[in-house]
Amino acid sequence: MSKYVFLIPLLPLVGFLINGLGRNFLSRMLVNIVGCGVLIASFVISLLVFREVSAPGFTAWSIHYFDFIKAGGLDIKASFLVDQLSALFLLVITGIGSLIHIYSTAYMHEEATPHYARYFAYLNLFVFSMLLLVLGSNFVVMFVGWEGVGLCSYLLIGYWFGNASYNNAAKKAFVMNRIGDLGFLLAIFWMLSQFGSIAYADVFAKASTAPVAVLTGITILLFVGAMGKSAQIPLYTWLPDAMAGPTPVSALIHAATMVTAGIYMIARSNVLFTLAPISQNLISIIGISTALLAATIALKQNDIKKVLAYSTVSQLGLMFLALGVGAYTAGVFHVMTHAFFKALLFLGAGSVIHAMHHEQDIMKMGGLRKKLPITHITFLIGCLAIAGIPPFAGFFSKDEILLAALGKSPILYALGIMTSLMTAFYMFRLYFLTFSGNFRGTHEQAHHLHESPIAMTFPLMVLALLSVVGGWVGIPALFAEDAHLLASFLSPVVISQAAEGHHLSHSLEWTLMGILLTFILIAIVFTSRLFGKQFKGENTTEGFPGFLANKWYVDELYEAIVVKPINWISSFLSRVVDNKLIDGVVNGVGKGVQFSARQLRLLQSGQVGSYILIMMIAIILFFIFQLFWKL
Amino acid sequence: MPVIPINYYIFLSLALFTIGIVGVLTRRNAIIIFMCIELMLNAVNVLLVAFSKMHHVAAFALDRATTAGTEAQLFVFFIMVVAAAEVTVGLAIIVMLYRNIHSVDINFLNRLKH
Repeated sequence: MSKYVFLIPLLPLVGFLINGLGRNFLSRMLVNIVGCGVLIASFVISLLVFREVSAPGFTAWSIHYFDFIKAGGLDIKASFLVDQLSALFLLVITGIGSLIHIYSTAYMHEEATPHYARYFAYLNLFVFSMLLLVLGSNFVVMFVGWEGVGLCSYLLIGYWFGNASYNNAAKKAFVMNRIGDLGFLLAIFWMLSQFGSIAYADVFAKASTAPVAVLTGITILLFVGAMGKSAQIPLYTWLPDAMAGPTPVSALIHAATMVTAGIYMIARSNVLFTLAPISQNLISIIGISTALLAATIALKQNDIKKVLAYSTVSQLGLMFLALGVGAYTAGVFHVMTHAFFKALLFLGAGSVIHAMHHEQDIMKMGGLRKKLPITHITFLIGCLAIAGIPPFAGFFSKDEILLAALGKSPILYALGIMTSLMTAFYMFRLYFLTFSGNFRGTHEQAHHLHESPIAMTFPLMVLALLSVVGGWVGIPALFAEDAHLLASFLSPVVISQAAEGHHLSHSLEWTLMGILLTFILIAIVFTSRLFGKQFKGENTTEGFPGFLANKWYVDELYEAIVVKPINWISSFLSRVVDNKLIDGVVNGVGKGVQFSARQLRLLQSGQVGSYILIMMIAIILFFIFQLFWKL
Repeated sequence: MPVIPINYYIFLSLALFTIGIVGVLTRRNAIIIFMCIELMLNAVNVLLVAFSKMHHVAAFALDRATTAGTEAQLFVFFIMVVAAAEVTVGLAIIVMLYRNIHSVDINFLNRLKH
């Protein structure tokens, strides 16, 4: 199968080229076939690859294609690495990617055909870059994919480019990502100078020879890259704004795949991070703070996609918490389950938005349960999964993360529990406001409410199924010995740090799990009282709720301490340095030349006599010079 | 016979050359300018011959068979020949000029400029 691995990313690239170049003359049907077909083909190949990877006795494939950069001692190969970790990501990306492509064919059908084709071209390009990111066998190939997904994210957030605020959101996402990318790039350079290579195999083999300070520096820089891409404090504000893009894009890029690139990168370099405890602590602190902060903001958002966006940021924070405490498997596990239920929730939200004619305010929804039965059921499953109710997927992964955090420090555990409770609260607030109670929109909207077409409900049902069973690959030792399939699957790639350290007694685990579940159930009941049938409206303007509704004023803070000064410096540079100084030098040179030319012009009078005179004087001067200053 | 010191030749040559230069620069009559050019050429000739003789006499005193220093006199002949050729061409131009504009004033010649 290793012969065909190159097809996995190549097919979406081909799809991108066909749809991108043929957008003005391909028919809609053809765009659908190309756009979805390449993804499904990739998915099938990924499945076959996965089957071989999961076979016993598998050793990682390193597939070399060509030399990317070869100069002196520097040798960067364009080569792929297929092992357990990348195979798992391949499945998630191509699988969810295919579902979202299918979903998009219905969701985007109002678009004009050229734009429709452009949309699919971008989506395919995104999948190509993402696959490159996870398949690369060195940090440079990963970085190429990393930049590619950033670009596609930008293009898709700004897909409706007629709207200035969408464009601003796209720019914000791009700039924030650039800040992170700089960190990643510096880390690559540092690794290159430290280890003389950026291939995973070389770097990880030599990692233990490097001083801890260097490793800490490298890992922190890598984490800065992850911060930008995976929306962590302080670079998270782009993700909620990125909801300006079409909803399937939010599901694919800003929930299921691209934003987990940072987690992939850290899980991939777990060897480095394990050797740098300071970076690990930093990651867990940043992770849990992001999780908490985003969860509090999500409590008071009224835009259905904004709630999900902050929820994504919060869940990503939990994943980083897992990575920070060394539970890499748990982090990757949560990436997977989160991809299922968050894609499901976003697509469900898309279905609601579709039914509501692009209304996103949950205050104007309500009572959609009867009108959108499939969306309702699947959305409920998504909510249960993200809230961590057994046996849904989120329960297993979140529980594993929390236990790993408890092994590190009880404070992290307590904060994690708070995040989980808030997650349950805001998700069910969203659920009840949208699906129960009475409809609060206009009559016209009520009249047009309809269940989405099969192309949209089918992905919802598949994802709902995955959200139910997806967690069963990681059943903790508590329920059954050796049932954690994912951990044993990933064990060749990922150092299992947490397992060595802490072992809780089973009775304590049962108790903690029971308490957590009770709390979550109480939170859900409480939410149903608040936002269910008797919903009266809530305070989102004054006091602390208002503070939360305004997202802790982080955007305003950034505006004041970063954007404004930069704008001021830019305008200063433009007005004074550029207009006066640089233009002055340039114009001065021009004027100087013109002036001297005007003076010199007088010499060339056309009168031979004056030429001869000057010649004579010059010759005489030369003679005198020769005579008195012997050269 | 007392030898005339080289200085005298140099000053004579310099005087002739300067007269030539000043003539070229100040006069407008083409014939006069032509003559001044000849004057300059001949000033150079005088100098060449004088130096040649000086060197030859000095070398001759040491070795009676030497021809050292006589080459410059060859140059003088060359210059004379070239000057003669130049005179023919130059005078021809001046004659043509006179036929066309009925004047030999070189200031009329700057018409090419316009």
